[in-house]
Amino acid sequence: MKAFALFKKDWLSELRTRYAINALAMFILVTISVILFSIGQEKITEYLTGGLLWVVIFFSAMSGLSRAFVSEEERGTTLTLQLIASPATIFSGKLLFNVILVFLMNIAITFLFSVLFESFVINNALLFLISFIFGNIGIAISSTIIAAIISKAGSKGTLYPVLSFPILLPLILTLLELTKFAIDGDLLEDSLVEIFVLVCYDVIMLTASYLLFDFIWKE
Amino acid sequence: MNKFSLTLKDVTKIFGRRLIFDKINYSFESGKVYGLAGPNGSGKSTLSKIISGLLEPTHGKVIHESDGSIIIPEKLHDYLGFVSPYLVLYDEFTAEENLFHFSKIRGTQYDSEKAKSMLEEFNIYNRRTDLLKAYSSGMKQRMKFIFALLHSPRLLLLDEPTSNLDNPGKEKVYEIINREAENNLVIIASNEDSDLALCKEIVNIEDFKNNGNIK
Repeated sequence: MKAFALFKKDWLSELRTRYAINALAMFILVTISVILFSIGQEKITEYLTGGLLWVVIFFSAMSGLSRAFVSEEERGTTLTLQLIASPATIFSGKLLFNVILVFLMNIAITFLFSVLFESFVINNALLFLISFIFGNIGIAISSTIIAAIISKAGSKGTLYPVLSFPILLPLILTLLELTKFAIDGDLLEDSLVEIFVLVCYDVIMLTASYLLFDFIWKE
Repeated sequence: MNKFSLTLKDVTKIFGRRLIFDKINYSFESGKVYGLAGPNGSGKSTLSKIISGLLEPTHGKVIHESDGSIIIPEKLHDYLGFVSPYLVLYDEFTAEENLFHFSKIRGTQYDSEKAKSMLEEFNIYNRRTDLLKAYSSGMKQRMKFIFALLHSPRLLLLDEPTSNLDNPGKEKVYEIINREAENNLVIIASNEDSDLALCKEIVNIEDFKNNGNIK
């Protein structure tokens, strides 16, 4: 309940300040427009569209998800949060906020891709849905803990993508593979190894994040 | 009366190669007002942060006890009310919204009657629906007191409590300090003579400098 209260506070704050939503919306629109202009009348393959989808998702996450902690640090309210809740509550609340934001962001990106790119055709919707759900959760967990780490650093803007790349790489590679399978219409049973990798990634990142957060959160 | 106590055991803080204070040993008990004194940069705020659990000491221990039971660090925020210049509330929310969210995040029920009476007591009830960004620094300082007191803490830690306050504001703060000290532990970190005049015992940080030598 405490974590949900923090999520609610963050959500209402976001609706008023638009720290993350504006950054994400602008980034999504600009990136997809640039891709569309650069493709022109060229016909691109399904695999390339699937790859581009995760590239847009990765960089959109880089542009908006760090706000969860950076905005608190910039406004000087980190100390206030430290005084009213335990680190676990803070992390859970921020994670919940990022999960919702990632899902909204990625639903919007996927919708735009399906409308604007003819070659973006998913033949196994269930496989894509499973990959999408676990992938989004993984992105949210990783982005939240990285945001907590970089919020204490001086050069936040540069550090976030640099730190995110090696951490998110295994996740993005697995998601690319699963999206390829979903485009090909492969059976769910044939993709179980990749799905397990995805679930393991989420579990490992979540456990490591909760263990690490206590040390990151304190000065 | 329930007892709340705070014990500092060999508390030392070093930033880089700079010794802030060395081996502070002191016991604080509820029912009294204590002072942390020293010139600017002596480490009053650092010691306040260490007491509140926001900062770890380089060496030594800080033990908080309520009715003889040691309070674990994860639960300390339930017992602590903290006012300090570097504490910032949410500018995008109104005074009422700030208090509501803080109560919920603490896991306590929002007591609207208590919030109302405190807003009235600090003379900002009429501005309760204004966003905090429209508040003056003095009004924000008053809000910090409400933030610190709303959950009825056992330890009230006040770092420069009267900064930015006008005379009626200072009088109100002194009244509250005396009232809180009847049952709870109040610690004031300040340079102001009028603030320190309320204290029964004063810890002078300068006495724990070890001439700046790191042992």
